[in-house]
Amino acid sequence: MNIIVCIKQVPETTEVRINPETNTLIREGVKSIINPFDMYAIEEGVRLKEKFGGKVTVLTMGPPQADAALREAISMGADEGILVGDRAFAGSDTWATSYTLAGAIKRIGAFDLIICGKQASDGDTAQVGPGISTHLDIPQVTYVKKVEEATEKFMRVERMMEEGFEIIETPLPALITVVKEINEPRIPSLKGMMRAKSAKIIAYSQKDLNLDPQSIGLCGSPTQVVKIFTPPQRIGGQMLQGEVPDIAAKLVDLIKGEVH
Amino acid sequence: MDYLFTDEQKMIKELAHKIAEEKVRPAAAKYDISEEYPWDVIKVMADSDMFGLFIPEEYGGLGVNIMNLCLATEEFSRACGGIAVCYAASALGTIPIVLFGNDEQKKKYLPDLAKGKKVAAFGITEPEAGSDASAIKTTAKKEGNHYILNGLKHFITNGGDAETYVVIAMTNKDKGARGASAFIVEKGTPGFTFGKKEDKFGIRASSTRELIFQDCKIPAENLLSKEGMGFIVTMKTFDASRPGVAAQALGIAQGALELAVKYAKERKQFGKSISSFQGIQWMLADMATEIEAARALIYACARAIDSGCKDVSKESAMAKMYASDVAMKVTVDALQIFGGYGYMRDYPIEKYVRDAKITQIYEGTNQVQRNIIGLQLIRDMAK
Repeated sequence: MNIIVCIKQVPETTEVRINPETNTLIREGVKSIINPFDMYAIEEGVRLKEKFGGKVTVLTMGPPQADAALREAISMGADEGILVGDRAFAGSDTWATSYTLAGAIKRIGAFDLIICGKQASDGDTAQVGPGISTHLDIPQVTYVKKVEEATEKFMRVERMMEEGFEIIETPLPALITVVKEINEPRIPSLKGMMRAKSAKIIAYSQKDLNLDPQSIGLCGSPTQVVKIFTPPQRIGGQMLQGEVPDIAAKLVDLIKGEVH
Repeated sequence: MDYLFTDEQKMIKELAHKIAEEKVRPAAAKYDISEEYPWDVIKVMADSDMFGLFIPEEYGGLGVNIMNLCLATEEFSRACGGIAVCYAASALGTIPIVLFGNDEQKKKYLPDLAKGKKVAAFGITEPEAGSDASAIKTTAKKEGNHYILNGLKHFITNGGDAETYVVIAMTNKDKGARGASAFIVEKGTPGFTFGKKEDKFGIRASSTRELIFQDCKIPAENLLSKEGMGFIVTMKTFDASRPGVAAQALGIAQGALELAVKYAKERKQFGKSISSFQGIQWMLADMATEIEAARALIYACARAIDSGCKDVSKESAMAKMYASDVAMKVTVDALQIFGGYGYMRDYPIEKYVRDAKITQIYEGTNQVQRNIIGLQLIRDMAK
């Protein structure tokens, strides 16, 4: 089974600071890690490879330092890493990113399965995975919590819902996004780390992919970030005390006051 | 301090640190209470190739390197001295096979030990033979192509949980220490059973049991080296393994210091952090300095062994003795900084005191280490 795992390098913090002038994330002084949800995607890819044989290719789009994320995935058992990077891709929103990654996947060639984490911990959009499958015109199953059965031709998975789960069968090739319930990512092995250190990372630029210039980077991004802000903290509420009829009357007065 | 680690050493330290923080530390209190063998953590260490650090590459390991073993043991011990000793004791049971095994023995036992599929143990101590190892009573009598083992070993770390044992037994009582021999014994051999599991003061995640031999028949090819070499096997094994015990003590001390610094910063008395008091700062300064001195001694000794120095008994004993004395002092001082809270089991620091104590006792009490050092000084003078 040939598996492609798409990962993203994100800042290691859940409290991301934002530059109010540029509306972008402040990355200085924050350690970069693999998006935690993508760790489950890597682990599931490696487990499927261990079961069925084949190959796990990790794919990321990002600046040169995303090399470290690919090497970490290799230390966990992935076979090779591809870094999609070019100034031309800068400023991509989820649409342009998924278009670019789909282009890179077409360049890789034949595959059976694409695995993504359900969303990235910085943007929290959960759009890139579904976007890739749309651009590639293949089936997608999001929020997968368990692979029940898989062959070279099809997969049956459990899809996590807010209440309970769905069991879905899909032909392959397909794309799945996974949730943290699916597995426990392994700690790398020493041999894996040594292999990762000397592994050659493949680089794809716009020249290699030859994508539609109108569909990539900032100009290929229909989303415009108009404003980013941290919502103000809620101020404490007011407790009304006394007998119920009195409280009700007070409440009515207060609401009326608010309205006026 | 920069110890000029190689890239490989940095990698081992980083990986062992990750295992320690993500797997060992969260499990420390649980196994300290339950006294169960921490198989789940051992499996993570095994899958990460940690058991390959003391086994040659041709037998599935990553090459014998005492420095690497020390780095891994130190990191694990920072998080839990008990879980760390399960790992280090397997090294102790493996090293005699690495040092004295013939090719067949190495081929048969080392690959599974390197992968951590099996753990090992070393058995010399008996009820009447502790520091006086020459007093052992367990016997091995040759009968045709077999040896018949009879006797009792006690206080054996990993006893009962290990699959592969190196056991010292007398093949010729009349020759005293020169009549002892070393044997590989597999768990499950008829006549080889286990006694009670000890209820210990510290390192409670590790198992300590009696090994009981009653007409235990083992193949003659399980003899390590030659008859009469039992004490040489033991002494050479301890020379190589003592830096590991020292690293265990070092890790326990380092872990206790880190907890103490963190607590001192958080704890407020008289309206300010207790870390602002000179009395606390001086305690922390002494602890940190002694730990660094122990570390420098251990690393120097490990590097000497790895670079092929033969005569390391004295340095190895110094490292073990000094680091374990430092660990005992540092952990007691760390608990003192925690004050009354430190005495409570809800806080992690009292466990460090309990785990530290054994490092002054096992693999030769610190009094025996001083004997080794003293004797060597006198011998050197006589040369």
